[in-house]
Amino acid sequence: MNAIETLGDRTLYYVNQIGRMGIFLALVCVSVVKPPYYKISYVTRQIYLIGALSIFVIAFTGVFTGMVLGLQGYTTLRKFGSEGFLGSAVALSLIRELGPVLTALMVTGRAGSAICAEIGIMRNSEQIDALECMAIDPHKYIMAPRYIAAIVSMPLLTAVFDVVGIFGGYLIGVVLLGANEGAYFQSMYQNVEYADISMGFIKSLCFGLLVVWICTAKGYFVHLERKGGFGAEGVSRATTNAVVLASVAVLVFDYILTSLLL
Amino acid sequence: MTMDPLIQLIDVRKRFGTQEVLKGVNLAIYAGKTTVIVGESGKGKSLILKHILGLVRPDGGTVLVFGKDINAIGRKELKEIRSYFGVLFQNAALFDSMNVFDNVALPLRERTKRSEADIKKIVGETLALMDMTDSDEKYPAQLSGGMRKRVGLARALVLNPKVVFFDEPTTGLDVAKSNEIYRVFYRTQAKLGYTAVIVSHDVPKIFKLADYVALLHDGVVQDCLTPEDFQTSTNDIIRDFVEKTMGHIYDSEQMEATP
Repeated sequence: MNAIETLGDRTLYYVNQIGRMGIFLALVCVSVVKPPYYKISYVTRQIYLIGALSIFVIAFTGVFTGMVLGLQGYTTLRKFGSEGFLGSAVALSLIRELGPVLTALMVTGRAGSAICAEIGIMRNSEQIDALECMAIDPHKYIMAPRYIAAIVSMPLLTAVFDVVGIFGGYLIGVVLLGANEGAYFQSMYQNVEYADISMGFIKSLCFGLLVVWICTAKGYFVHLERKGGFGAEGVSRATTNAVVLASVAVLVFDYILTSLLL
Repeated sequence: MTMDPLIQLIDVRKRFGTQEVLKGVNLAIYAGKTTVIVGESGKGKSLILKHILGLVRPDGGTVLVFGKDINAIGRKELKEIRSYFGVLFQNAALFDSMNVFDNVALPLRERTKRSEADIKKIVGETLALMDMTDSDEKYPAQLSGGMRKRVGLARALVLNPKVVFFDEPTTGLDVAKSNEIYRVFYRTQAKLGYTAVIVSHDVPKIFKLADYVALLHDGVVQDCLTPEDFQTSTNDIIRDFVEKTMGHIYDSEQMEATP
């Protein structure tokens, strides 16, 4: 195959993939809102798997992110005699930027990879074909509960990340380095506005949808993977691709959303 | 065969990359009958089933199911047609995270509004028909190949389908387990009266089940005949297939009988 053929082949593949994923997202969105509705127990189970089981890792990541922000922020602000603004610096960084982004990245690694692998195995072992043949819509039965769970869980996990991160900043800035406790919370209270919180909330909603979309679609179309999606190797390749693509997409969309919301 | 076919494939073609797997398949399947599709492994027998089920779209030709072109209808109508189907997949395609009971109960829970008590009764009866009464709580990983196929068949039959598709129902099973599956097939078809389409290469045993046998060779269905006519066909390809598959068995028997 010459270079032009390869380029054409790859272009066709990626255009096809984007089209497939777009139609897939549309079908899932329709199945989310259109009756008959899925059982609530399916959604709560997915909220448990995506949300509840991620709390520990989110809290752990959040506290250390806050601690780093506290340490870096205090050291930098002290140079300007502005350590009183440490609280607002930590809170704004977390609420507007780091909270939604790092939460999305952690959920991608912990839950997104599991979702992709599970659906990929279901595809390869004909379980999805079996559902279709039983006249059960896989978009409604498998995907819709995961989409709702991700969209519900992501803002809540982000909130946990933010709160724990602010506590981490307090631990280092106030308890360890001796910044003023009242100034830490007062500056936060004065400088964090509703617009900051809503920006973080909108980002986390969008990232929730983005992560679950990429991970479910990569699993669902594992058999159409470019380098072959069959067997354990195919599923592992699709899972890796899903995590990489979702992580990159989160960062790209973070910039786009920030520029739109500022 | 004067009645109208329930399912009809007309000049169905399918290509994967440079390989043309189906080169114009014509096949008719009649209500209440058992049609067996035989042929060499990896030559597209299961692909024919996937075309009928609407899982794969043909590159050319038409697949008529209950008189409707399955590739020209909407998702809703396709779903309705599929609600008359039951499918036993080659590897049973059971849901790994569900136990036997939940696997069989799934179509009832998702497609009907029956109470849990009703579902429990129906699933119990269906599993009893499969001689699987003591395995409700087991997970697919804890079952043998034959048991998995019986659970898969129970799931396929639990809503009393009009047409049941069997994709290599005895592949990977020993003789005793294969016979078990055939016994279950006889028993359930006699009780439920469904139309059966079986993809298999378990020749000649599968001929005992068949009303019609179709040979897929080189991407084309050579002919669809009764088992008796099939075995005495003058078609060179069918005769060659019969000699290769059945002659081999007779040769083996002769060899074993020779002191």
